[in-house]
Amino acid sequence: MTRVSTVAPDGGYTFAYLDEQTKRMVRRAILKAVAIPGYQVPFASREMPLPFGWGTGGIQVTASIIGREDTLKVIDQGADDTVNAVSIRAFFARTAGVPTTTRTEDATIIQTRHRIPETPLRASQILVYQVPIPEPLRWLEPREAETRRMHALQEYGVMHVRLYEDIARYGHIATSYDYPVRVNGRYLMRPSPIPKFDNPKMDRSPALQLFGAGREKRIYAVPPHTEVRSLDFDDHPFEVQKWDQACALCGSTASFLDEIVTDNQGGRMFVCSDTDHCDARVLAGHVGSAAGDRDPGGA
Amino acid sequence: MACDDRPLLSARGLTRYYGRILGCRDVSFDIWPGEVLGIVGESGSGKTTVLKCISARLEPSAGTVTYDTRTDGPVDIHRVSEPSRRLLMRTDWGFVHQDPRDGLRMAVSAGANIGERLMAVGARHYGQIRETATSWLGKVEMDTGRMDDLPRTFSGGMQQRLQIARNLVTAPRIVFMDEPTGGLDVSVQARLLDLLRGLVSDLGLAAVVVTHDLAVTRLLSHRLLVMRHGTVVETGLTDQVLDDPQHPYTQLLVSSVLHP
Repeated sequence: MTRVSTVAPDGGYTFAYLDEQTKRMVRRAILKAVAIPGYQVPFASREMPLPFGWGTGGIQVTASIIGREDTLKVIDQGADDTVNAVSIRAFFARTAGVPTTTRTEDATIIQTRHRIPETPLRASQILVYQVPIPEPLRWLEPREAETRRMHALQEYGVMHVRLYEDIARYGHIATSYDYPVRVNGRYLMRPSPIPKFDNPKMDRSPALQLFGAGREKRIYAVPPHTEVRSLDFDDHPFEVQKWDQACALCGSTASFLDEIVTDNQGGRMFVCSDTDHCDARVLAGHVGSAAGDRDPGGA
Repeated sequence: MACDDRPLLSARGLTRYYGRILGCRDVSFDIWPGEVLGIVGESGSGKTTVLKCISARLEPSAGTVTYDTRTDGPVDIHRVSEPSRRLLMRTDWGFVHQDPRDGLRMAVSAGANIGERLMAVGARHYGQIRETATSWLGKVEMDTGRMDDLPRTFSGGMQQRLQIARNLVTAPRIVFMDEPTGGLDVSVQARLLDLLRGLVSDLGLAAVVVTHDLAVTRLLSHRLLVMRHGTVVETGLTDQVLDDPQHPYTQLLVSSVLHP
């Protein structure tokens, strides 16, 4: 099976759906976002042919940066074959006619919801995040004017109040996704609902990372090689999730695992959430405890 | 540099209009380090307007408020940059609201409420923050076992104590209190006043207490400002004003207190 596929584009659409003026507007916002790492730049978010909350921000960012020579990969919770990923991939295949892929290495643009690929990214790649709520202080401070002022004055103590509350209640920092980070020692940023397992991958990543929030009309960015530090306490340092099992399919002990219920008798297995990473390992000959249950490359 | 031979805070010619309506007019006074100033008067007399103006929560229409900072000496709090004003507000100053719900973060535990100011000024050690919070719960005579409970599970008096602890944790030099005992029953009021009096004298705090309750000022404040229709009608030592009121309005105010 070939991993890169090309579909003949539908006629009648502007390249990548958005009109050129809109793309210029979004690109201007992106440039500003890259210039001020972690700062949320407002932009005139457009109506897209799918509902807000399904990745309209990410799609608009992707549509504005994609070119004919790009190869697109879309993942949803690490998987290439879920509804959101399949639809968005098909959307760009039809409106832009660009080749799409499931292989992280082959992609130049990766639009993602909830994960960063396990395969380390390169300098020539761009990671586009779909962001539901861009404002890290939102549930702590309801007033938008006040959160902007807090960002301007770097009044971020209240975020530590939240982490304090976690430790007081659970004995450890229980926040496990959308874990707040400080970008370039300045702006507090919400990394979209990726697991905190992925936070260290953002730090000094050679790839450009763009974040688009369609409903909230914000774009922000982490430029390549920028410091991204997860907040913590001196005596409760930042830690990522660990599993006491390996992936049942590929035997990986270093990737983010999903727990999958397999029957009604309490049977369950842990498998890599990044399907491309898992498939590549299986093809390379790695085996897990449940090897053979799944046909490699059959995604 | 801050020193003891000049006032900690001085207000000069404070005037505030809400549109055409007068909030307060031409109010001037000084507060010295360690001094407790009471502002009394009936509802609508401008007490709270004055308090908000001197605590930088409200910009006066005219007049100045000068505060003697620890590092830079006297500054006009309505002229300094917003970051330094906000820093003052969360380190050097405290503000105790009448309704504890305005001053507390109701969705987080008592410990986090006390620790918030510490974290805002850069404390990043959970154990130390917790230790400080425990000791402050003790100082305001609360059960340290309720450290991890939400403020909404506390009684009104306890919420008010928590609010006080939360304000005092960064060792402020001046605390602004707006009817600190309003809405509490008399026995709880008495204990809270006792606590406040102890804290103020132990910590050498200056305080401005706005109240309509003359008994509260009698107990807490050293000096008194009597306001009516937005202006100060009488000022002096508390006992002197209350025992020998000169202005007809003050006489009326003093004589309207019931003596059971």
